[in-house]
Amino acid sequence: MSARLIALRAILLREALRFTQQRSRFIAALVRPLVWLFVFAAGFRAALGLSITPPYQTYITYETYILPGLCGMICLFNGMQSSLSLVYDREMGAMRLLLTSPLPRWWLLFAKLIAGAVVAVLQCVAFLGIAAIYGIRLPLVGYLAILPAILIAALMLGALGLLLSSRIRQLENFAGVMNFVIFPVFFLSSALYPLWKMREAGPLLADLCALNPFTQAVELIRFAAYGQANLPALGWTVLAFVLFAALGVRGYDPGRGLTKSKG
Amino acid sequence: MKYLACLITLAATPALADEAWVTNEKDNTISVIDIATQEVTRTIETGERPRGITFSKDFSRVYICASDSNTVQVMNPETGEILNDLPSGEDPEQFVLHPDDRHLYIANENDAVTTVVDVQDRKVVAQIDVGIEPEGMAVSPDGKVAIATSETTSMAHWIDTATHQLFANTLVDSRPRHAEFTADGAQLWVSAEIGGTITVFTTADQAEVGKVHFAIPGVNQDLIQPVGFRFSPDGTKAYVALGPANHVAVVNTQTLEVEKYILVGRRVWHLAFSPDNSLIFTTNGVSGDVTVIDAATDEPVKSIKVGRFPWGVAMRPTPAN
Repeated sequence: MSARLIALRAILLREALRFTQQRSRFIAALVRPLVWLFVFAAGFRAALGLSITPPYQTYITYETYILPGLCGMICLFNGMQSSLSLVYDREMGAMRLLLTSPLPRWWLLFAKLIAGAVVAVLQCVAFLGIAAIYGIRLPLVGYLAILPAILIAALMLGALGLLLSSRIRQLENFAGVMNFVIFPVFFLSSALYPLWKMREAGPLLADLCALNPFTQAVELIRFAAYGQANLPALGWTVLAFVLFAALGVRGYDPGRGLTKSKG
Repeated sequence: MKYLACLITLAATPALADEAWVTNEKDNTISVIDIATQEVTRTIETGERPRGITFSKDFSRVYICASDSNTVQVMNPETGEILNDLPSGEDPEQFVLHPDDRHLYIANENDAVTTVVDVQDRKVVAQIDVGIEPEGMAVSPDGKVAIATSETTSMAHWIDTATHQLFANTLVDSRPRHAEFTADGAQLWVSAEIGGTITVFTTADQAEVGKVHFAIPGVNQDLIQPVGFRFSPDGTKAYVALGPANHVAVVNTQTLEVEKYILVGRRVWHLAFSPDNSLIFTTNGVSGDVTVIDAATDEPVKSIKVGRFPWGVAMRPTPAN
């Protein structure tokens, strides 16, 4: 096995170990979307049904509508959490150690992204399972097709976290960034309400939502959940991933980023 | 040349597929849905305000209540051509074809009568006084009893089809809209739109044996207005369209309890099983579409746009060759 794969496996195992050992983190990651599903969505139940928009073929309840958006939410929080752990690791030394390895830095960061994304997929699987027990189900083909879509979305949002973490010097600053990033990214998207609804509120708001990479990731997940490929959403999500990852890796470059600023 | 001839023959042959025929009340049209592809394949013009629709036993003719044209139209389903009109009385809304395939029992909403028309002679056989604003019509499977429900009088009127005389009147809840006999003819079910219930009678003595009540979490009770309904082929379930509640209720016919509510389009009015009984098609008036329900899972699978205010639906199986 090449050194790169050994490193990838080690980082994956480390993340998996964290995932299994930090039960509170796993439960917290599940409780958040479940509260949205069982409490928030119940309040907005729309018992009379939401209008038909693709990929839906018929009328749906609000719970059904927000299910893909909540998978996106899991990926978003997981991406941010992962970047938070990067900042923590960097402060506490584990990341410093990792980054001093002779392997290319971009590869190590990419391995970290993959590990985070796999964790997000596992969290989404657990969430979808609970939702199915509650009676909010996808077509069978959707349960397979949604997995790669969630992985791509999680990679993109992990890359966004990587970019943010490359700009943050101290752990304390992170909470502020979370507020300035997570909330606008989540609420200015199609996760909670369809874009046509936003367009009713104002074209500018709808345009901002459409430009938001998180919207594209959610739509990618939404279409995949019904066995359909949303190619424009896939293209935009991949593009955003490449952009965020490139900027993030650049931020971790000793010649340019944080290391330089710390002297 | 032989291939060309084959192609021409194929092109000239009507599509061989089961079809759902849907009357569009405000478009004066019928939308024909191919059940296999679940797409509208034809739109056929009718008289004004088409509502009730039913096929003759051999499916060679389709009868359409053109309410505002005050007639029942007889159409050739192959060509969409109107063959003739029937003397229906004023404002025909719903009707039912007697098992003899010859007599139509028509509710004349404005005249408070039920008109019996012989479709072969094209003559009115009888006009029977019933309650005010008759709408729902049913005939027992043995053909001996016809039912008219009157919206304002809130009654089911029992008609002896041999004498064309009323022999019983039974009270139901407010604004009865639709009546159906069970397949064995032992029970009559009558839906009440404003009352929000279905009353169940035994046919033998016209005695009320139970009521079906509905309640959907999150939906105002006033919006729950049962209208059209159909029994499953095995008779264990009744599917009830609940009007502006936008749901179809699945009722256990033994316990009279609702087992499930299925979300469909806006103001669901009537419904019908596909010829192979695998699907249910509901007409959703306000949203102008038809929702298809998988009868095996009771899950909605698709909503198909049709004309404005779809009202009635009837099934036409694949023509036999």
